[in-house]
Amino acid sequence: MIKLRLAVACLALVGVSSLATAEEVVKIGYASTLSGPTAAIGGDIKDGFDLFLKSKDGKLGNLKAEVIVTDNGLKVDAEKQNVNRLLKREKVDFMTGGVFGAMYMPVLPEILASETFYLAPNSGLKDYAGAKCSPYLFTVGFQNEDHSPGMAKYMNDANFKSIYLVAAAGPGGREVLDGFKRHYKGAYEEMFTKLGQVDYAAEIATIRAAKPDAIFTFLPGGMGISFMKQYVSAGLNKDIPVYMPGYNADEDSLKSLGEVLLGTLNTSHWAHDLDNAANKKFVEAFKANYKRLPSMYAAQGYDVAQLIDSAVKAVKGNLSDKAAVRKALEAANFESVRGYFKFNKNHMPIHDIYMREVVKNDAGVVTNRTIAKVVDKQQDPFVGDCNMPG
Amino acid sequence: MTATLVFEQALNGLQFGLMLFLLAAGLTLVFGIMDMINLAHGSFYMLGAFMAASIANVSGSFWLAVFLAVPITAVIGMLLEMSLLRVLYTRDHLSQVLATFALVLIINEVVRLVWGTDASLSPPQSLANPVELYEGLSYSAYRLAIVVLGLIVAGCLYLLIAKTRFGMRLRAGASNRTMAYMMGGDVSRLFTLVFGLGAGLAALAGAALGPILAVQVGMGESILILTFVVIVIGGVGSIRGALIGAVLVGMIDTMGRVFIPMFLRLTMPSHYSSDVGPALASILIYVLMAAVLYWKPQGLFPARNG
Repeated sequence: MIKLRLAVACLALVGVSSLATAEEVVKIGYASTLSGPTAAIGGDIKDGFDLFLKSKDGKLGNLKAEVIVTDNGLKVDAEKQNVNRLLKREKVDFMTGGVFGAMYMPVLPEILASETFYLAPNSGLKDYAGAKCSPYLFTVGFQNEDHSPGMAKYMNDANFKSIYLVAAAGPGGREVLDGFKRHYKGAYEEMFTKLGQVDYAAEIATIRAAKPDAIFTFLPGGMGISFMKQYVSAGLNKDIPVYMPGYNADEDSLKSLGEVLLGTLNTSHWAHDLDNAANKKFVEAFKANYKRLPSMYAAQGYDVAQLIDSAVKAVKGNLSDKAAVRKALEAANFESVRGYFKFNKNHMPIHDIYMREVVKNDAGVVTNRTIAKVVDKQQDPFVGDCNMPG
Repeated sequence: MTATLVFEQALNGLQFGLMLFLLAAGLTLVFGIMDMINLAHGSFYMLGAFMAASIANVSGSFWLAVFLAVPITAVIGMLLEMSLLRVLYTRDHLSQVLATFALVLIINEVVRLVWGTDASLSPPQSLANPVELYEGLSYSAYRLAIVVLGLIVAGCLYLLIAKTRFGMRLRAGASNRTMAYMMGGDVSRLFTLVFGLGAGLAALAGAALGPILAVQVGMGESILILTFVVIVIGGVGSIRGALIGAVLVGMIDTMGRVFIPMFLRLTMPSHYSSDVGPALASILIYVLMAAVLYWKPQGLFPARNG
């Protein structure tokens, strides 16, 4: 009899304690790419995310945040195992962290089928902006095409007659160029290079022979760094200027390229000198914490953390009510560091796009300066294909 | 298709080929003389680049950085040979591949701990600007310097191997390993020196290519595959084969990347040719390798005959 009572008591205790954790903790699965040649981008996103968490003493929406971090090392099978663990064993409330579409696209169906909210901190994919849009997927970073129309319009205005498009092969590169071609009116040639390519001598020779008015490149991370170094040392930048989306001309690239990029125009949904209170606070805190300027990626990570914070607050910690959480996420009730921010019907961001120029600031540091807003409330062209379940 | 484009591509191909040669020379000697498959060869290339980057950042001198990075990496290579790799000579190739692959992973992580995932290395100020070779072609002064460097090193290696006692031992070891053992001599010291030489050459390639390519963890693995293709084409153990093979691979790879897409663009719509072109170009060198293996299974200049 005593044994039975003890057992019941134990069971009750276990039940109570599990209830307690269910209420007091928000569990976040952070599946990212934090090692390998392209680790810098994932690291920046995470630094931004951590910064907001730290400013709230490790709490999001008044709940203690338990962030479980995994690293796929740019390998899809590792990502599959990580995500499996986060969904099945850890039973997380939110998933985030994905840096590259090529990494998180293969695991997305499983995440969404498990009715776990995925908050993409970086690139948003075409398919999931259109027909495959899901109530559980929210892209906080950008849709792949977002930076392109602003630049295409600029090049139309500058009256460029023929240009060369250079992009890394893969869904990202294709979508960035598609967005550009949708708006650019002149003639163009395009060229896709291998993912991870480091020597661009052949491509540069081709461009020299073709003599275009300008080139538009999408080569993220180390690829862009190699390309630009070689382009400049071949003396081509004087005759054929380079334009790029902001993904290629942010702090991570400027760190290695520095003065090589001076004067380069690029479009982005964020800049460190955007004049709004949330951004000023973010930039100051980031500089104080990490002793460097934040990048666009860090800003996105910060916004993801803010979004979770706002949603948990709105449902008062009751994360089991998925419909309410979804509503709260859709409301995006937080001060984004990029200024205007709303989720579209397809859960892709609507935000303003700015033209930036790489300059040397007063402290002698090479960084971006915002010139003007070039697109007001940019939204992707795929939203019409999205039939979001109510 | 203009003469300028062809000429510029030929220079690019030569430059790429000569750098491949620096890597292949060490690999082919180690493979040919010690019968050792060393996957960690690419790691010396990476170590050389990182070492040069940090020395250049501290001292401000690119040349000093190259000058120091090469012997330091060579010493690291020799220490590794004496402590670890020596044990593997008598083992089968599978054990060698597994052990040196483990070494690749370990060195990658060590570099990540010490330097981070990437480092920045700039060309020396005197070579930072393009030079105008003739009207209409300004070529990177730095790439030109690499071509000259590669030719000088190739010349020195030729003298070393053809004219010195050390070179004679090397040739003996490469052409008939067992017989060279039998004749006595300090075989283990020879092996250590060869290993150090290979590591030093790889480091030189890494330091020289650092300013135009990205200095990053994993840079060694991608180029190692091409290096193996070079020594298979050239013939294992042969320095001359490595040189010819490297220049051949360098030329075909760079030429293919320009002219195949260009040719395809004339014959099919642009969105197809931009996909098919690079794919076709990147298999060209493997087609070359298959052809060489078919007609000359020992490679173009086989060093071994026993």
